Amino acid sequence: MDVTSPDQAKIAEDSGACAVMALERIPADIRAAGGVSRMSDPQMVRSIQNAVSIPVMAKVRIGHFVEAQILQAMHIDFIDESEVLSPADDSLHINKTTYNVPFVCGAKDLGEALRRISEGASMIRTKGEPGTGDIIQAVRHIRLIDKQIREITGMRDDEIFNAAKNLQVSYDLLYEAHKTGRLSVVNFAAGGVATPADAALMMQLGAEGVFVGSGIFKSGDPEKRARAIVKAVTNYNDPDILYELSSGLGEAMVGINEQEIQLLMAERGK
Amino acid sequence: MRIGVLSLQGGFVEHISMLKALHVDSFEIRNPSHLDKEMDGLILPGGESTVIGRLLNETSLLDPLETLIKGGLPVFGTCAGMILLANSIENSSSTYLPSIGVTVRRNAYGRQLGSFHTEGNFSGIGVVPMTFIRAPYIVCMDEEVRTLAMVGGNIIAAESHNILVTSFHPELTADLRVHKYFLRKVQKQLSLSCPGQQNYPLG
Repeated sequence: MDVTSPDQAKIAEDSGACAVMALERIPADIRAAGGVSRMSDPQMVRSIQNAVSIPVMAKVRIGHFVEAQILQAMHIDFIDESEVLSPADDSLHINKTTYNVPFVCGAKDLGEALRRISEGASMIRTKGEPGTGDIIQAVRHIRLIDKQIREITGMRDDEIFNAAKNLQVSYDLLYEAHKTGRLSVVNFAAGGVATPADAALMMQLGAEGVFVGSGIFKSGDPEKRARAIVKAVTNYNDPDILYELSSGLGEAMVGINEQEIQLLMAERGK
Repeated sequence: MRIGVLSLQGGFVEHISMLKALHVDSFEIRNPSHLDKEMDGLILPGGESTVIGRLLNETSLLDPLETLIKGGLPVFGTCAGMILLANSIENSSSTYLPSIGVTVRRNAYGRQLGSFHTEGNFSGIGVVPMTFIRAPYIVCMDEEVRTLAMVGGNIIAAESHNILVTSFHPELTADLRVHKYFLRKVQKQLSLSCPGQQNYPLG
């Protein structure tokens, strides 16, 4: 869950979040404020590290390997090389194989996911469209990755060479996906999750966990919504429980439809 | 033989794959109705102990699981699972399913950067690969608890009666021996409760 203060981090932890993302501004506010968005002040991240016992993540700009060095120096638990911040490099991502801290990166198709894994990402998440409260992009991304993996799985061994060329990915990683029918790392859903039903939708589509950004602290009753989303991820396949969890949560974040956005963050970093 | 795997959060999928590799039936436990099935052993996976503990309470699984464990059900807890089973957690007044006389230290090796992989001797098995992720270890224990493995002078695996705990994650390696060790405990319990039961071949 995205949090911007020690108090919010405590609420997230008490609600059952298994990690928090320390940010100066949540994506919805970054989108609203415009301007260049950078890594958060380490002092602010540190105050959140001190407030909770669960893992703390923080974001760096795409390609900004010095921001990543700084977060590693402060013993952050995970680094998100994120399209939510303004990219620092328009062609290269960080060489994540040279860090000891695990990285998570966004992807909207199998090519992006495998390229990030080649660069050393330990976790993948859908890009979705951060700060919108609109799930359509995350659905599009996870469905596409799933569909592409099914296509790869159905190929003959000798077709994988050409598929690797077309996807612009390493043959070895693609061959592994062909044999195992999945990414070699865990795949989360992110970008636009606002309700317990959104979280369960992403889980039923094959996500192995859910990032909730603006959806919690832009809603009427963050604590109640956070608890409900946590339980929805555990019980994603149980409509009776989801019915109960979805009831009486107060106002959801207002959100913004994809046709109304000027800036598509998901288009950053391919 | 059927093993239930607590699947509220964390590394339950990896335990289920280990059991699959050992040709043992398993099922996910997410709410009390899942306990209607016959269960010969229980695995509590790694994850965030505070999260799993909270969800145990909120899903009303805590009481029925406590009853089953008190009744002698063999249980294997890895990492967060060890914390859930400990009678006491250092610097904390909370306990979850206290059933083994140990005091554990959460995040004993520090943050993610303190995570490591090593090999160590496991009593009765030999040298096994050990993956520690923001792991706890045991800081003190009662007399009836038996130490099974130590790394760097700290106790990182122990057992007492029906309970087996490890700080490390055997389910994240290809080595099946620690899971086999647990399944032998389950087998032993099964043959005690129904002596006619055929022994399960554990390779």
